[in-house]
Amino acid sequence: MNNKSSMRQWFKSGDPWIWMIGGGLAISLIMVVGLLLLIAVRGFGHFWPAPILSTSVTTAAGESESIMGIMVRSETLPAQRVRESGQDIPADQPLVTRHLIKVGNRDLTGRDFVWYLDSALGELHYPEDALRIERREWGNFYGFARGLERGGEVVARGEALWPQLLQAIDRANELHQRIQTLERVEIGRINRKMEELRLERRALELEGVSGAELAAAEADFAARQAELDRRFADIQAERRELMEQSARDVLIAETASGREVRIQLNNIVMASRNNATGLLGKIGFYGHRIGDFLSGYPREANTEGGIFPAIFGTVTMVLIMSVLVTPFGVLAAIYLREYARQGMILKLIRVSVYNLAGVPSIVFGVFGLGFFVYLLGGTIDDLFYPERLPAPTFGTPGLFWASLTLALLTLPVVIVSTEEGLARIPRTIREGSLALGATKWETLWKVVVPLSAPAMMTGLILAVARAAGEVAPLMLVGVVKLAPSLPVDGEFPYVHLERKIMHLGFHIYDVGFQSPNVEAARPLVYATALTLVLLILILNLSAIAIRNRLREKYRAEGD
Amino acid sequence: MENAAMNDQATTAPTVSSGMFDDDRQPLEIAREKVSIEVRDLDLYYGNDQALKSVNLKIAHNRVTAFIGPSGCGKSTLLRCFNRMNDLIDICRIDGEILIDGKNIHDKDVDVAEHRRRVGMVFQKPNPFPKSIFENVAYGLRLQGVNDKRKLAEVVERALRAAALWDEVKDRLDDNAFGLSGGQQQRLVIARAIAIEPEVILLDEPCSALDPISTAKVEELIAELKNDYTIVIVTHNMQQAARVSDFTAYMYMGEMIEFDDTARLFTNPRRKATEDYITGRYG
Repeated sequence: MNNKSSMRQWFKSGDPWIWMIGGGLAISLIMVVGLLLLIAVRGFGHFWPAPILSTSVTTAAGESESIMGIMVRSETLPAQRVRESGQDIPADQPLVTRHLIKVGNRDLTGRDFVWYLDSALGELHYPEDALRIERREWGNFYGFARGLERGGEVVARGEALWPQLLQAIDRANELHQRIQTLERVEIGRINRKMEELRLERRALELEGVSGAELAAAEADFAARQAELDRRFADIQAERRELMEQSARDVLIAETASGREVRIQLNNIVMASRNNATGLLGKIGFYGHRIGDFLSGYPREANTEGGIFPAIFGTVTMVLIMSVLVTPFGVLAAIYLREYARQGMILKLIRVSVYNLAGVPSIVFGVFGLGFFVYLLGGTIDDLFYPERLPAPTFGTPGLFWASLTLALLTLPVVIVSTEEGLARIPRTIREGSLALGATKWETLWKVVVPLSAPAMMTGLILAVARAAGEVAPLMLVGVVKLAPSLPVDGEFPYVHLERKIMHLGFHIYDVGFQSPNVEAARPLVYATALTLVLLILILNLSAIAIRNRLREKYRAEGD
Repeated sequence: MENAAMNDQATTAPTVSSGMFDDDRQPLEIAREKVSIEVRDLDLYYGNDQALKSVNLKIAHNRVTAFIGPSGCGKSTLLRCFNRMNDLIDICRIDGEILIDGKNIHDKDVDVAEHRRRVGMVFQKPNPFPKSIFENVAYGLRLQGVNDKRKLAEVVERALRAAALWDEVKDRLDDNAFGLSGGQQQRLVIARAIAIEPEVILLDEPCSALDPISTAKVEELIAELKNDYTIVIVTHNMQQAARVSDFTAYMYMGEMIEFDDTARLFTNPRRKATEDYITGRYG
């Protein structure tokens, strides 16, 4: 009896509910932090220089073979499952441990990652001179450096080899950089000029110019074409020259099984001797690799290299989206709240707007493709770019359409937040302005809108968070696996709204699930996901910082 | 009960009595004054509720006129009619005339914004804008397109001096107005109203949110301002009405019960309802 009443007391005090609320919060926080930690460890752990192991493997046939590589992970599983896969396991052994080792040398063995049974592996060694080479093609190489060849002659071996090799790699990388610049910038520019020339010619054709005028134009075109051809030839010659220079050195290396391999230095991104590197060296190497990841271009079907174009594309798209959605959302909210006659119709509109936020994003994608890309884009092409047809300019998915679709997707959030902000402005402040002879518009513009700016920023923050993480609609309206060029560059008009872009969210999907080399791509998925989370965080934090400054500036009496 | 008593009074003592009153229950003194605002048979409805019942009133030029009465008696509503603030309320409907300098303010050719420039208003709660002190006072001028820095500075200083605030804020004109105390904010709002040099200033319970010291300052200010402006003040505080006003109107349930010279109304009210109210026997 007594116990029961004290129980009732406890319930009445509200304590159990507080515990429940607190518990719920704790669980949510633990899950979020856990997720972030998992992504962080898996993603950025990948760049840490792991020790290179060397050991011997006994094959099924009983032969012994040397291998070298990096331990990726180990697992223990029931022997039965391994037996079913066709491997011979003694009958009395219930469990089997096996290791996944990245052996690299894909060009030689055809396999990048291999599972080895624990029992098949010999003793593990970590040779000091084990070498890891990240290559532009064929993935990593693991082995030993034996000599550096220059013009057919071996110029270094033994002790002197390592420092000379690093120097030669630096030189080759520098040359590679210059070749890249030539290809990306110079040749790209000439190609665009040639395209312009072609379009001008086509425009003349469409206009139906003839006679002396046409002849004069033709002569001009021919002169310009010749000039471009000459410059192109020059650049080609320069490029060939650089290519020859960068092909000067060859590394002679040996795999664990003793096979000699020749690696062109212009195919090497970086070389490291992980086992011989101290902690400081490892940290430097780690920073270097993360830097490469964030600022580099993807290679090998996105499974290697960096994600810079995806970061750039995501940020550009979100910024353009913000620029589009803010004025539309704010104006719509002002009209709904301040000018529209409150009644049945307005209620209906408002409910529709709120419900728009719940429409699956892929539906927006389909709408964007049908309406924006094909209808609007197609019309723009017909009107402004007839000479380029049938090749579409805006009539194909691109940055602008992706941003516009996302703007549509996030419009309800901005409208709702702005409306709430407007509703919160005290009536007395509006009346104060009206009493001074301001019109309704002046009152809105000079007093009400600045005061509700923080609420608009809140809407924008929510919109950015939603837009940056959205993937499904983007696949339809402008995001691709690999974009040939960034949407912003030094070419007029600098921001190319019609270009296709790469996007971190899509990159995660592509690398994780469409990749030919799953094991190699896995850490990149985590790293990309972490980058995306951090990027959204940075975008949000900057928006919050702006909002706080606005709040400080327009601090209202009640706040 | 109250109502019945009042009706009683009305029948036994007809409003038109001695020479003190003219036909519209206006005090005789008004006849000697220049009339600034004249209200004729004003009815005001919120939807189906009648908030003002055939109010007749003359407000004297450069004098202080106070409206007193219990909450909900319509005194603020009447005040807000003078600068057409009730236009903002969709369900509000007005019959009758309000003449300012002989011109009906509801005429079609009256520009509301222009009209409100002539009839300034100060509200119950200080409502400065989220801007600097300077910009608050300059707001009305900027609306009129005045952007000349020297001219603005001159007017702002004059307005702030007139509102007895200049000495307190002259060193921090660029600070946010929300940093001021409540009393300072209310004087800032008054300065903001007088910066555009209206003819009439409406004060809607200007001291109800202020402490006694700030109240005293605002009352002093009102006494100063009446040299240049016609002032209409709504107040809950009868002592305040007695202190600052020249004429006082007592309103009850949307009706103008009594309107008279302040001294006479407080010392020798003609109607029992007024007497009950000012002696505190009401409610």
